[in-house]
Amino acid sequence: MTLNKSDTAPDRDSAPQWRSTNGKLLIQKCEECGDAFYYPRVVCPFCLSSNVQWVECSGNGRIYSYSVTRRGDPYAIAFVTLDEGPKMMTNIVDCPVDKIAIDQQVSVVFRDLEGVPTPMFRPSAAL
Amino acid sequence: MSINGKAYIAGAFEHPTRKATGKTIPQLHAEMAAGALADAGLTSRDIDGFFCASDAPGMGGLNMAEYLGLRPRYVDNTDTGGSSYILAVGHAAQAIAAGKCSVALITLAGMPRTGPGPAGEGAFFNDPIVPEVPYELPFRHTIANLYGMCAMRHMYEFGTTSEQLAWVKVAASHHAQHNPHAMLRDVVTVEDVLNSPMVADPLHRLDCCVISDGGGALIVVSPEVARTLNRPLIKVRGAGEAIKHLNGGRSDLTFSGGVWSGPAAFSEAGVKPSDIKYASIYDSFTITVLMTLEDLGFCEKGQGGRFVADGNLISGIGKLPFNTDGGGLCSNHPANRGGMTKVIEAVRQLRGEAHPKVQVANCDLALAHGTGGYLGSRHGSATLILERV
Ligand SMILES: [Zn+2]
Repeated sequence: MTLNKSDTAPDRDSAPQWRSTNGKLLIQKCEECGDAFYYPRVVCPFCLSSNVQWVECSGNGRIYSYSVTRRGDPYAIAFVTLDEGPKMMTNIVDCPVDKIAIDQQVSVVFRDLEGVPTPMFRPSAAL
Repeated sequence: MSINGKAYIAGAFEHPTRKATGKTIPQLHAEMAAGALADAGLTSRDIDGFFCASDAPGMGGLNMAEYLGLRPRYVDNTDTGGSSYILAVGHAAQAIAAGKCSVALITLAGMPRTGPGPAGEGAFFNDPIVPEVPYELPFRHTIANLYGMCAMRHMYEFGTTSEQLAWVKVAASHHAQHNPHAMLRDVVTVEDVLNSPMVADPLHRLDCCVISDGGGALIVVSPEVARTLNRPLIKVRGAGEAIKHLNGGRSDLTFSGGVWSGPAAFSEAGVKPSDIKYASIYDSFTITVLMTLEDLGFCEKGQGGRFVADGNLISGIGKLPFNTDGGGLCSNHPANRGGMTKVIEAVRQLRGEAHPKVQVANCDLALAHGTGGYLGSRHGSATLILERV
């Protein structure tokens, strides 16, 4: 699927592009060099082409690394390697923090943060 | 044009304070400048180059130049976080080599412990004009968990252990016991580190550096000026700098920008890691040191854990004495920016002015390396190689 760039161009006032995803994770792909990248921006970070499109992801990936912050209620920050290639910063949720492991298969789940559906990930298999 | 031999560090000053209650940040910059000038035997009227970073209040170097009464003909306020002051030595040497200035002042000061400290944790984490902020802020990244993710991946790929990380702190504490100004002077054991509270897995509280007020300053001069001063000659042999970031999602947390800045500095200096007698390695966290040692070529990638274990970084015991002032892990991490103190302790070692208990014998070649910003997302690396001649 393709969104109009002018509707989604990141700028200082824009919320993250996940706002209008209807439960699907969108990332960007460069039409010049063909590579998907993250985080979203109006130019490709590999070739500076502005011919970039939004693509729908499977929503699946693997945990590349994570860390549990222990101050207050513990929470897990992570980088997830999407099946489409790029790694993205996220949180691992719906899982006891001590069950999280690198290379675990995870799937996207959107959580409402101040009205913005925000992509987080949970283990694909029951733990 | 190489900078090898084109400039010398003539003045170095670390403020003894770690808690600057009642002072202001501009005042601290002035105390740093005065300290380094006194060390060099120069006055503020001799300064014709001014180097600072974003810890200096105001617009680049303008406001502090006015406050300090400087009239520089060369200014540079490049900011790569805590590594800025190591990078600035290289930039100062370039400016001096090009004839653009002959006496360069580099200052750092901040009060993250007691004051408003603009360069503190999360300085750029929530600024909406910074492009990645909407894609990172929601996930509650902190300094500690960004470094924690690097440590976790390093453990996964290379089998690095918490015990090995702890050895970095143990070595720093062995050195800090001899530094009367160090914040943490008690010698700690591997068990002490492992038993300290977990902050961000797998990093414990004792894997983290201190938070301190203070700062320091350096005076970099031309060879002609250096020869007129009654100080040991500390020659700038080589410098390298690099920025590493998440690269559009092709991210790799197992190495730092040191893989680029290190070889550049060694090549310019015409030396290799095994020639280095003393190393100041940026130590925001224990993992920062372990990974940097690999990236600079002191050991193979993945072997950092084995390299730092069993006291190998302790002066007089190990093969590579590091951070003999106690480093950021135990002594001082002024303004949350540890690069300045890295250069200062390297200068002390080369002059033979380190504490006798930690002074490296015949220390004629030293390295200082900084990692500014965040190891787990984006950072600026700076490597500097210095020689006593
Ligand atoms: Zn491209």
